[in-house]
Amino acid sequence: MSLHFVEFELNGCQIDGMVEARRTLLDFLRCDVGCTGPHAGCEHGVCGACTVLVEGQAVRSCLMLAVQANGKTVETVEGLSGGPKELHPIQQLFREEFALQCGFCTPGFLMTLVALDRSEPRPNAAEMREALSGHLCRCTGYQGVLRVIDRLTEDRK
Amino acid sequence: MKAAPFDYLEAGSADEAVCLLGEAGSDAAVLAGGQTLMPLLALRMTSPTVLIDINPADDMAGITHTGHGLRIGARTRQADALHDPFVARHLPILGEALGHVGHYQTRARGTVGGSIALGEPAAEQPAVAVALGASIELRSTRGTRQVPAREFYLAPYATARAEDEVVIAIHFPAWPAASRAVFQEVARRRGDFALVGLVMLLDVQDTRVERAGIAWFGMGPTPVAATTAEQALTGATIADIDPRELAQLALAQVEPPEDLHASAHYRRTVAARIFERRFRTLTEKVAA
Repeated sequence: MSLHFVEFELNGCQIDGMVEARRTLLDFLRCDVGCTGPHAGCEHGVCGACTVLVEGQAVRSCLMLAVQANGKTVETVEGLSGGPKELHPIQQLFREEFALQCGFCTPGFLMTLVALDRSEPRPNAAEMREALSGHLCRCTGYQGVLRVIDRLTEDRK
Repeated sequence: MKAAPFDYLEAGSADEAVCLLGEAGSDAAVLAGGQTLMPLLALRMTSPTVLIDINPADDMAGITHTGHGLRIGARTRQADALHDPFVARHLPILGEALGHVGHYQTRARGTVGGSIALGEPAAEQPAVAVALGASIELRSTRGTRQVPAREFYLAPYATARAEDEVVIAIHFPAWPAASRAVFQEVARRRGDFALVGLVMLLDVQDTRVERAGIAWFGMGPTPVAATTAEQALTGATIADIDPRELAQLALAQVEPPEDLHASAHYRRTVAARIFERRFRTLTEKVAA
C-alpha cells in the first residue's frame, strides 16, 4: 500500500493532502477535504451523482484515484456560483423549472450541463439529452431537467 | 465497496510502462481510463498488488494517419477519438461505435486501448477491430509484436496479451472511402452493453463486392467474425445475394449466450432481422 502526496486546485483554491493509493477522488473530496457536493451514489460508475469537472471535463470522481488529480484543476458544485446566496445560471434554471425532487443526483446533473454549456462547438439539445443518459435520478424527475435543456438551447438561438 | 490496498506507480511513457509491468510481474494491473478497472477494484472482483497508471504516458495517446490506415495510441481517450478528424474521415464507423460506448462522462476518461485490452464480449470497439481486420500492437521488455484482432480475443476478458505485455496501439487498416458501413446495436438502455451488435463493412465496386468485414458482438464469448458470410460475399454481385440467406450464413458461426437480459433465441432472431434489414438498405442503391 503506497501513500502519496497530492496537490490540486479545487474550485480556485490550492489544496493538498496525503492519500492512500486506493483513495478515490470522490472519497478524498468528501471525507478528507469536506467538500460534500459530489455525492456518493453507486460508487462504481453507474449513477453519475459524483460527477465533477477535472480540467474542465465532466468525469465520475468515483472512477478516478485522488492521486490522479495531482496537479489538475477540479471543480465541484460548490464552485459554480459566486457565493452561498448566489446561483449559477444553470442552477437558476433548475430552480425555475423544478428540475429536482430529492436533489441527491442534482450536483452530478449540474456539473455535466455546465461542462456541455462551456464546450465548443456548443452541443445541441439532442446531444445534451444524450449526455444526460449518464445520470440516474431515482425520483425519475427527468422532465424538469429536459426543460432546462430546452431553455438552455433556446437562449442560444 | 472500497478497493483493497495496492501500490501505485506512474508510467510517464510507454517504455516506462513496459519496464514497470515487466518488473511488477503477474500481480500488477495497468490502469488506463479506469472506467472498468476502477469498478472492479471497488467491488473487489480484482485485487492487484500494484497498479501501473499509464495516464501520464502522453506518448501513448494520439491518432496518426499511416500509409496503411490509422494508428490509434492505446491511451487515446474515447472522447478524443470520437471527435478526431482522421477518424471522421477514414474510420467513420469507429466514430459511430464510440458514440455507443458508455456515457459522455465515462468517454472523457475511458481509452480506446483499455476497451480493446479488456475483451468484454459485448463491447463495441473490439468488434469494430475484428470486423475491419485491425491489429493490436503489444510491447514487453522482450520486444514488440502485432496480433490480428481476429486472433486476439480468446474468451470473455481473455486475450492473447501476455502478462508482461502492454497494449501500445491499435492499427486499423484503410478501407476504401466509398465502403458501405453498418453499425447497429440493440441495448436496453443508452450506454449499456449490447444484447446484439453488428458491424459490417462492404467494399463494393460497381455491383461487385470486393471485400467484406463482418463481426457480431454480444453474441458469443468474444466478438465473432462472420467469416463464412464474408467469403460468400467476396466477389459476388449484389443482385445475386439473398439477404435472408446471407443473414443465416452470418449467424452460422455464433452461439449466442442465454442470460437474464435476453435468451439465445431472442438474440438470434433480432440478429437475423437487423442483418437482413441493414444489408438491404446498404445495397439498395447498387441493386437498383
